Amino acid sequence: MPLLEIRNLTVEFSTTSGAFRAVDGVDITVEPGDLMAIVGESGSGKSVSMLAVMGLLPWTATITADLMAFNGHDLRGMTAKQRRRIIGRDMSMIFQEPMSSLNPCFTVGFQIRESLKKHTDLDRKGRQERAVELMKLVGIPAPEKRLGAFPHQLSGGMSQRAMIAMALACEPKLLIADEPTTALDVTIQAQILELLTGLQERTGMALILITHDMGVVAETVKRVQVQYAGQKVEEQEVGALFDDPHHPYTAALLAALPERATERRLPTIPGVVPGQFDRPTGCLFSPRCRFADAHCKAVEPVQASPEMGLALCHYPLSHGEPTKKEQAS
Amino acid sequence: MLRFVLSRLVTFIPTFFGVTLVSFAFIRLLPGDPIQLLAGERSVSPERYAELEAQLGFDQPLWQQYFDYLFGIFQGDLGTSFVTRRPVLDEFMALFPATLELSICAIVLAVLLGIPAGVIAAVNRGKFFDQALMTTALVGYSMPIFWWALLLIIVFSSGLGWTPVSGRISLMYFFDTPTGFMLIDSAMSGEPGAFRSAVSHLILPTIVLATIPLAIIARQTRSAMLEVLGEDYVRTARAKGLAPLRVNGLHALRNAMIPVITVIGLSVGTLLAGAILTETIFSWPGIGKWMVDSIFRRDYQAVQGGLLIIAVIVMLVNLTVDILYGAINPKIRKR
Repeated sequence: MPLLEIRNLTVEFSTTSGAFRAVDGVDITVEPGDLMAIVGESGSGKSVSMLAVMGLLPWTATITADLMAFNGHDLRGMTAKQRRRIIGRDMSMIFQEPMSSLNPCFTVGFQIRESLKKHTDLDRKGRQERAVELMKLVGIPAPEKRLGAFPHQLSGGMSQRAMIAMALACEPKLLIADEPTTALDVTIQAQILELLTGLQERTGMALILITHDMGVVAETVKRVQVQYAGQKVEEQEVGALFDDPHHPYTAALLAALPERATERRLPTIPGVVPGQFDRPTGCLFSPRCRFADAHCKAVEPVQASPEMGLALCHYPLSHGEPTKKEQAS
Repeated sequence: MLRFVLSRLVTFIPTFFGVTLVSFAFIRLLPGDPIQLLAGERSVSPERYAELEAQLGFDQPLWQQYFDYLFGIFQGDLGTSFVTRRPVLDEFMALFPATLELSICAIVLAVLLGIPAGVIAAVNRGKFFDQALMTTALVGYSMPIFWWALLLIIVFSSGLGWTPVSGRISLMYFFDTPTGFMLIDSAMSGEPGAFRSAVSHLILPTIVLATIPLAIIARQTRSAMLEVLGEDYVRTARAKGLAPLRVNGLHALRNAMIPVITVIGLSVGTLLAGAILTETIFSWPGIGKWMVDSIFRRDYQAVQGGLLIIAVIVMLVNLTVDILYGAINPKIRKR
């Protein structure tokens, strides 16, 4: 049984100018111990879909799904109280800005022990011991001393380590890391990613890494899901994805990696992700796609076969060439 | 922390001298002659006038009078009211407990109702409670105090007869007032019903005096909370699975308290400086009424002495607020 199974997740925000669909029919499957990434540009609905799973979206969001199950519990019919028993314990999340994600008014120790107090039966002494243990686990030197520190006394990397310690407090089955390294400098990025994958291996938890950085993906995860404009456009094992991307968007993202550039000028994807008012008909990527034709702009594509990475494309690529097997139009 | 407090205390010194100068000059800038006012309808002969002037020290040059005043302050002497012939400090201390008692009750009421109301409004932003509360706060803030007080008296005192109209305690009771705080003194007096009477006398003045601070605190809490509720650390707290009461009431509120503490401090300052209207309407024998009377009598010593004490109290309240900033948000302590 998958740990997290989501079918056809849609999230709509009601705004003053009408409804905005941030996530559009996304499927996600995470097995226990899985190590996967969700990749996409800003505005592709990566974070929103995970916040929906955590139940952290504001009340302006409407969440619908055919299936949204975690560890055998249906998340959809759950009361807020029931969900609060799961999040922070079996499923936890770390965020993009570690410095602002810790409460400046409380010590790091207080914020870690608070999770333990909520979800475990440990007494005061037990919580303190566990907090020290967690600080050691995430590689913070002098843990006893650092537990008494306030967030503004820690560096960005230390803050993110403290956030990870907090998220791991109750030994979650699933950790969602929402761009955990974006706000950190490059050397610290590598350390944090190494820490996350190391912890994932040691504890056997599942890890979902949300990122826009293909380089991070290549080094870190096993399986990749690519999202574009709120839709899932492709899913593959990481090696296969880098060798043979099936969706033109994935191919374009990979081509834009500096390491892969063959010419002096770095290839880019023209245009931006469609917003609330410029959603195209047919395939959402068609205005920016090299291979799009009239058919793409008129008809919404359906998912291709698993061998083609479930690509949401009329002409999924095979080794860089579109497979135009159904040239009906 | 001690260094922080000491450094704040040092900034007191120039403020203190500024206040002595302003309070000294302010009352003398008003037209009107205290000796003429003292004499009233009867006219004063020029000889008698000169004699009185010399006796009260008004014949000295102004700078001389100012330095005499300053000199007195450092000896703990705020001068003698030439109307009542009693030391200003004694007069002030006799009336101040009444004002303090009323102010404390009012600010406690305003804080206990205002902060939770602001938090609930912010959490339910745009919904019925929020709109109802903010409308009520606006009405409370803009309502003329004397009219509101009279309205309450008409309904609860004359109409329903639930509360007394004025004063601090029923005339039936007579006992020593060692502390000057009627609630404490009446409770210690052992007279049956005295405490009850003191409480019932406090209710309406407290409500009237609390109205404006309550509205300000509720609105300030709401806007500070709205700002904080969108912060990342509030999301982190929710991601831990904490209950809304803890997320909003601890994680968010503590961060939102800085501006709230500021307006509470300002309100305390204003209340202590004498709630003149409220004290007058309810015949509350506090310093607000005394200050106004002293100004009308051109009682120079009483006005400058009273102003100085009030200013020092306001300065102390501000110092407390500054210290509280550091206690609430450790980041501020470091600066």
